[in-house]
Amino acid sequence: MFADAALAVGTGQGAATKTTISAKFAKFRELGLLAVIVLICIGVQIRNPSFLTWENINDIAANTAILSILSVGMMLVIITRGIDLSIGATLALSGMIAAMTVKAHPGLHPLAALLLGFAVGLACGMVIGFLVAKVGILPIIATLGMMNVFRGLTYEASGGKWVSAHQMPDSFKQIATGSMLGINNLIVIAVVIYAVAYYFVSHTRTGRQVYAVGSNPESAEISGIKTKRILWLVYTIMGGLTGLAGVLWVSKFASAQGDTASGYELSVIAACVLGGVSIAGGSGKISGIILGAVLLGILNNALPMINVSPFWQNWIQGMIILAAVVFNALVKRGIDRNNLMRRKI
Amino acid sequence: MEPRVLTSKKPLTLKGFFLQWEWMLVLLFIAVIVMNVNLSDYFWDYNNLRDATMSFLDKAFIVLPMVFIIILADIDISVGSIVALSSVIMADLYAHGVPMELALIVCLAVGTLCGYINGLLIVKFKELSSVIVTLSTMIIYRGIAYILLKDQSVGKFPKWFNYLGWGYVGSIPFILIAFAVFAVLFGILLHKTTFGRKVYAIGSNPTASRYSGVQVDRIKIIVFTLAGLMSAVTALFLTSRMGSTRPNIATGYELDVIAMVVLGGISTAGGKGRMIGAILAVFLIGYLRYGLGLINISAQTLLIVIGLLLIFAVSVPKLKWKGTGAKGKAV
Repeated sequence: MFADAALAVGTGQGAATKTTISAKFAKFRELGLLAVIVLICIGVQIRNPSFLTWENINDIAANTAILSILSVGMMLVIITRGIDLSIGATLALSGMIAAMTVKAHPGLHPLAALLLGFAVGLACGMVIGFLVAKVGILPIIATLGMMNVFRGLTYEASGGKWVSAHQMPDSFKQIATGSMLGINNLIVIAVVIYAVAYYFVSHTRTGRQVYAVGSNPESAEISGIKTKRILWLVYTIMGGLTGLAGVLWVSKFASAQGDTASGYELSVIAACVLGGVSIAGGSGKISGIILGAVLLGILNNALPMINVSPFWQNWIQGMIILAAVVFNALVKRGIDRNNLMRRKI
Repeated sequence: MEPRVLTSKKPLTLKGFFLQWEWMLVLLFIAVIVMNVNLSDYFWDYNNLRDATMSFLDKAFIVLPMVFIIILADIDISVGSIVALSSVIMADLYAHGVPMELALIVCLAVGTLCGYINGLLIVKFKELSSVIVTLSTMIIYRGIAYILLKDQSVGKFPKWFNYLGWGYVGSIPFILIAFAVFAVLFGILLHKTTFGRKVYAIGSNPTASRYSGVQVDRIKIIVFTLAGLMSAVTALFLTSRMGSTRPNIATGYELDVIAMVVLGGISTAGGKGRMIGAILAVFLIGYLRYGLGLINISAQTLLIVIGLLLIFAVSVPKLKWKGTGAKGKAV
């Protein structure tokens, strides 16, 4: 439908307006997402008045925090034309190792546990980065393979057992349940990560190089950017953030299992493509993925509240991803056509 | 980088012949057999071997079209979900009183349709890689399976249906014969027909192929549709072997299948590889699993082994392997 509209404008009165609808839309993507979020909230609120209560909003924000932390890393990976399917497994592995450590040493400072998980994730990410950047394996193959390895290692490390709530010291559980100035720790951590990531991608040389590598690897290489190093860095950041998220996850749900977060990578990818990160590489904004993650978080929270069967959620999520990527593709076409029209004159 | 010759008829020296990736696979295969025989007394037993072969051959049917897909430099990670969806629809129809023969045909039709949808999306939206398209259809197809069956399982199929997975012709398993027939058909399609040559051409250079009059879109759709159809065939055999079906069957099949294809020397850069390599890899991984299972290696450790094997298989050609079968191109 959108393509038709864009086409009509493009061929019919294109010379007069000089912009296609989809090109215009690209500028207001965030506003559009926000509008969708508001509409969903209003709709759900009418069906179930307990949706927009302070507690529930806090709950949604805390749930979205982990998703959006991971989306930041995934955005960097997708910008470089890659994909990381291993993060569910990396998350489980780092969470499990952190949980087993605090189980054995209950006196451990929670920050040390966070650091430990971060380090485990960082190591996992470095391995994947090495395989992708130095050995030259396709990201999907490398991460698919390592996903199994990390998941297997999680089972090996735990011996198939769970670390459950009563085996974790309270200080560890308070990482996720505690609050700072009245705001949940998870949200604080997520906001700090957004800020750092925003500064990194917009105001540092390396951050801009990530975009350059994604939009055109050959010219990036020729203009002196060390593309391999950038690729390695991106997967390492992804791993580090996943490790951090692993500890937060285990602390929040107060249980570490072998199959923690299995399939969670799909939600993260969904948040990214919803937020307008182009799967073809080279584009993506922090503000977009935050909104994408919030939209998914609200959907996950709202669907059970309006009595949608949990068995429908898989399907709904898949359709959202597909619709978002198709929509992104159509918008991209509009922009390209728009650029072509400008060139003609 | 040397020029890529499409009809790779280099003069084949004796050394070149034995340095092919397929010989490496044969050596690995022998190594696995020798290891297994030494590790367990139960391995070298005809009945055991025969039954083991029957248990890992179900997913081998998807390996055949996946070879085509990877030669096209594409990927399909929705195959496991297609298996689940077509199996669930078949079982659900049968449970609602539809005759099994009809349900069986519907199963094949569903798989074919799923594959066709994949192909159509990939061809219509060229901006999207096959990774993201099949990733989303992977969630959607399994999502439909969950909507239909929720968390139940459906079984109690008619007796003759069990024959697919458990039956023998003489003393040879029926599934092995079926696989051999399909393998020969797909092998001929890939290596002896113009269709197969066009698949190689597209994998090597899609733009040049399009300009030389190859109908790239049509061939891609056909190949993805074939993958859907063969996933449905896998669904038949798997459901027959298990005797019942659930929405979460065949989870992770895509990984096993891709691992087998890549281990078989089919380059993920496209345009390279042979059917025989993938078939060798099917048996290699199958017997490796069986042997490790015999000495009580857990399923979790097997995960690690298969993952590492996949990484190993794609790394080795990139480390300047001097074979003709699988020459890796840095991607």
